[in-house]
Parts: sequence; C-alpha cells; structure tokens
Amino acid sequence: MNCIIIDDEATARTILNQLCSEITDLHVVGEFENVLQGIKFINKQYVDIILLDIHMADFTGFDFINALENGQSKFKLQRPPKVILTTSDKNFAIEAYEYDCVVDYLLKPILPLRFNKAIQKIKKNMHQASETSLVSNLIETSENQIFVNIDKRLIKINIPSIYLIEAKGDYINIKTEKNNYVVHSSLKKIKNKLPDALFFRVHRSYIVNINKILEIEDNTVLINKELIPVSRSSKSELIKRIDLL
Amino acid sequence: MNQPNLTYINKLSNGDKDFSKKLIEVIKFEFPTEKTIYYNHMISKKYKDAAENVHKMKHKISILSYEKGYELASKHEDNLKKNNNKLEKEFEEVLNRISTFLTLI
Repeated sequence: MNCIIIDDEATARTILNQLCSEITDLHVVGEFENVLQGIKFINKQYVDIILLDIHMADFTGFDFINALENGQSKFKLQRPPKVILTTSDKNFAIEAYEYDCVVDYLLKPILPLRFNKAIQKIKKNMHQASETSLVSNLIETSENQIFVNIDKRLIKINIPSIYLIEAKGDYINIKTEKNNYVVHSSLKKIKNKLPDALFFRVHRSYIVNINKILEIEDNTVLINKELIPVSRSSKSELIKRIDLL
Repeated sequence: MNQPNLTYINKLSNGDKDFSKKLIEVIKFEFPTEKTIYYNHMISKKYKDAAENVHKMKHKISILSYEKGYELASKHEDNLKKNNNKLEKEFEEVLNRISTFLTLI
C-alpha cells in the first residue's frame, strides 16, 4: 500500500513518516505541506491512503476531502483513497465520519499502537472490497455464456469457445479461439462459474477446456498449439475425465 | 507532568536514536518561528490568528509530554477564539519552559 502525508507542520510529517516506516507494506510516496500540492500529486498518481491534517492555512483537510469526493480531482477515482484524519482537535470527529472516504480520526500526538489499528482497519476494508470485486467481475448468465467486466464494460463470452484460462497475478487471462480477455479475478472464482463437465484445472495456474485438448503427453497437454503443464496430482483425474479408448 | 520531557518521543522512537535526534531538530527549527508569529499576533491583538498559532504549538507541547502546558494551551486557544487574552502571561511561561528545555536537549 502506498500513502501520502498532507500536513503543514514538519514535526507532524516527521512523526507520521516514522509511524509508516514501522509498517512493512506501507510506503510513503509523498509529503505535502498544503492541500493544493496533495491534489496535484493524486491527479498524477494513485494512492491507497492519505494521512490528512484538518487545520491548515488557506485550505483545510475538509476542503481536500470535498474536492476528492466531488470528483474535482482529475484523477479517475475507480477506487477512492482512504483517508485517515490527523488532528489536535477533538471537535471535528462527528463531521469527519460524515465522509465516506474517512476511515479513522487520530488525535495528535499519535501513539504507534493507535496508528497501527487505523492501518489494520484499512487493510481489512481493502481486502473485503477486493473479494467483492473479484466475484462481481464475472457474471454467469446461462449455461453457455458468461459476462466479464473489463474496463467497466460487460463483455459476453461464449463458454464452449474458451479453450484455456491462465492465472496472471491478480488477473486471469481467458483465451478463446478469437480473443483473449484479461479480467481481475481468480481461477477459483471462474471455476465456480463454469460447467464442471467441460473444464478441468490441470495446474495451479491453468484451467483447460477438456473438449479442446489435442494431446496429452507426460505432464503436459497440447491445446490450440499451446503446451500446458499438468500437475502430478491432477494427471490421473484428467485421464479419468477424458474418453479413453 | 508540569515540565516538558521526552516520554512520548522515546515511546515513538522505540530506541531509534537517529529518529529522536531528527524529530528534536525539526521541533527546534519550527518552534521559534511559530512562537515569533504568535507574539506578533498578540502584540497586534489579532487573537483569532494567535489562536491558530497556539493550536500548532499545542501539538509540540503534547509531543514534549508537557501535560499541564497542554491543558493551559487548550484553554488559551479557546479564549483567544473569543477574543479573550486572560491566559497570556501563563502561556508565556509555558513557552519559556519549552524554549529552555529545547536548549538543554
């Protein structure tokens, strides 16, 4: 996760930097002493978390959040950053939670344990959002077709035309004879949407369409000119699934 | 406590002396400027602006774990927002204690 710090006090920025450095997967990618510099930065680069002071000269932290939530930032906020407010003032807590993007409200001086708790809350939040997104990117409509969500477009794929699905990090590449579709999802999720009779997971990174297999040799299958590895544990099950003379 | 001290900074640094040193240097750099701006606003009776300066300095007072000073700063800030400077002298004492402490560490 990456984050930026917006605070007009150098002392506060130094402390927040130190607190962030204690969390292994949290990286400070920018420090700004005013709201405008912060907005300029997020117009160019996506950030997961914004550590934001409320009391600042000219524009306050709330001005920044309003700009963020009203889309005044040019940045395309497909997944809006999460905001942790940092302030010496208790009086804004109720107002702070009226904003969707505000996850926590930390009173200065910030204690390490309290800071960690706020970051854990965001991690949990992001994990849940990611799970939901993985499922919703694949919509099964009938036995023979599936819709995939790519760049906010729902694209229909004819299931029997799929010959291979491969895992690519957080994405899957669905290959058909005509096209390839890269979708933010997992092999486990798509497997649940496909007919078991047709598709088989031959390897932790590959699902194949059994009807499209041309050859099986040792620990590989040939499918549409591609040689795909078959894990030892899957091979015997695969042999059972094909019509062997 | 009724004196500035390093309790919070030590807790935050968790033995990282370079960080403690760095943080103290930043406070030593920022605090005198904030203090000067505050006094200028007080002289020109711009109490609401002075309240903003007290707000900033209040954070440093809390970083220096100076509890009594923090309580007084909070009351002084609230008073100044209402154009009331009755805690000016007491707050000056808080600022002097911090300035002295910063010269000793």
